[in-house]
Amino acid sequence: MMLAALVTPAGERGFLPDRTGRPTPWVIAIMMFVTLVVAAAGLAMANAARVLGDSVTGRYSIQIPGGARTAPVAVATARRVPGVLAVNQVPEADIRATLQSWLGPEAASAGLPLPALIDVDLQPGADPIRMTTQVRRAVPQARVLAYSEQLGPVTGSLRALQWLALGLVLLMTAATAATVVLATRGAFDTHRSTIEIMHGIGATDEQLARLFQRRLARDALVGGVVGGAAAALVLLLVRTVPGSLLNDLGGGPVLRPLDWFLLALLPLLGTLVAMLVARTTVLKALRRVL
Amino acid sequence: MGGVQVSAIVEFDSVGLRYGTGAEVLKDLDLRLPRGGFTYLIGPSGAGKTSLLKLLYLAQRPTRGRMRIFGEELSAAPRDAMPAFRRRIGVVFQDFRLVQHLSAFDNVALPLRLAGRDEADVIGPVRELLAWVGLADRAAAKPATLSGGEQQRVAIARAVIAHPELLVADEPTGNVDADMAARLLHLFESLNRLGTTILVATHDLSLIAATKGAELMRLENGRLVDPTGALRNPPRRVGEG
Repeated sequence: MMLAALVTPAGERGFLPDRTGRPTPWVIAIMMFVTLVVAAAGLAMANAARVLGDSVTGRYSIQIPGGARTAPVAVATARRVPGVLAVNQVPEADIRATLQSWLGPEAASAGLPLPALIDVDLQPGADPIRMTTQVRRAVPQARVLAYSEQLGPVTGSLRALQWLALGLVLLMTAATAATVVLATRGAFDTHRSTIEIMHGIGATDEQLARLFQRRLARDALVGGVVGGAAAALVLLLVRTVPGSLLNDLGGGPVLRPLDWFLLALLPLLGTLVAMLVARTTVLKALRRVL
Repeated sequence: MGGVQVSAIVEFDSVGLRYGTGAEVLKDLDLRLPRGGFTYLIGPSGAGKTSLLKLLYLAQRPTRGRMRIFGEELSAAPRDAMPAFRRRIGVVFQDFRLVQHLSAFDNVALPLRLAGRDEADVIGPVRELLAWVGLADRAAAKPATLSGGEQQRVAIARAVIAHPELLVADEPTGNVDADMAARLLHLFESLNRLGTTILVATHDLSLIAATKGAELMRLENGRLVDPTGALRNPPRRVGEG
């Protein structure tokens, strides 16, 4: 239906001069490019936050200062709690290897006191308080921490960036609409004499509005396709950069097929917005004429 | 001219027109154009002829009074209703008002295309009319490449292509030679015989003299000086209705 709205009927061809080289498609192409890149970043943030959140949901860490002797008790107690899926004590060598990243070779020194670390995975819906209570009853100095709390600032930041990206997309949409309003007003003023002649010999507001909405919709579609192609190229190139946000995360692509589909819809949505905005602008301008 | 007519195609009742907050340019106009009539509108420059024509081709609404055209009260008709009435009116503008980026052919075809006529039904009549006004070989020319007289003929062809019920012309022979003026007058008379009501604003006395039986309306300072038809050409005899 939208494509049909872009095609000029044979009888109406040439009613408005078809000048090439108008800047509107290029302005829209730039705006669509920025919108798509920002939208892709927003979707990547949302997906990263979701993947990160999923990966730590139901996962807890039991920390026991100087707990080399008491760790087996805590492990055994945790394993007996209903709803516990897995209990694994982190080997001391692994802890020291991790600490070497910050402390260097000193981390391997036997004189460095290390807590016992135990990873616990709960079934979805299992009660973490029950597990915490029973472990602390068996080993009073044990601390039970939720991974989700530890990663809270990170996922929170990702979600904030996701909303920021959404806000930017909305702002860019508003800016695109404003561009279409200005372009339509400019075209209306440029062709005012033609419009007055056509109006005088019986053109309806609907007929005149269609001339402009078709033109602006075509400009928006061309701009959307050009901007969309450029954005797709950039996003695909960024994916090839090791360690980029758009690389695979948690075993799957950060941008899923559904995300690419949503991104592909944006230029079409932009075309629809341009059509409606151009139509409204022209109808308003025509109401100022008799 | 158009034979005995009983109904009026245009009726003005105490019509006044002012632009913005300025003085009235048309005052207390009471007039009646009989359906199928041929009327000349004369008067000095600045008398309000063009303003009266604007009312007739629905580019302006009266600021007071009643204006009935085609039997409909149009003084306060909704704007959505106006295009349908405008399509029943042909207009020849003094400044031609051709669409500059369209060819002569496309300018003449414009009313038919706006009315949604099929392209197959557009080409024949437009070619025929362009040939009639002597512009068959200039069909593809843009207005900027046409002389003033040629542009005027295109404007006239555009005004009559859709066989309007009312034709309003502002100085239609102002830019053409005597031969072409005679041809255009013949075209107007032919349309008039087919039932089109004609109103021509002109200073061309020879045109008026050549149109036997036409009504005359004289406008001075925004008022109709003789709306009774006493200026009929040739003048009415005593006792003629």
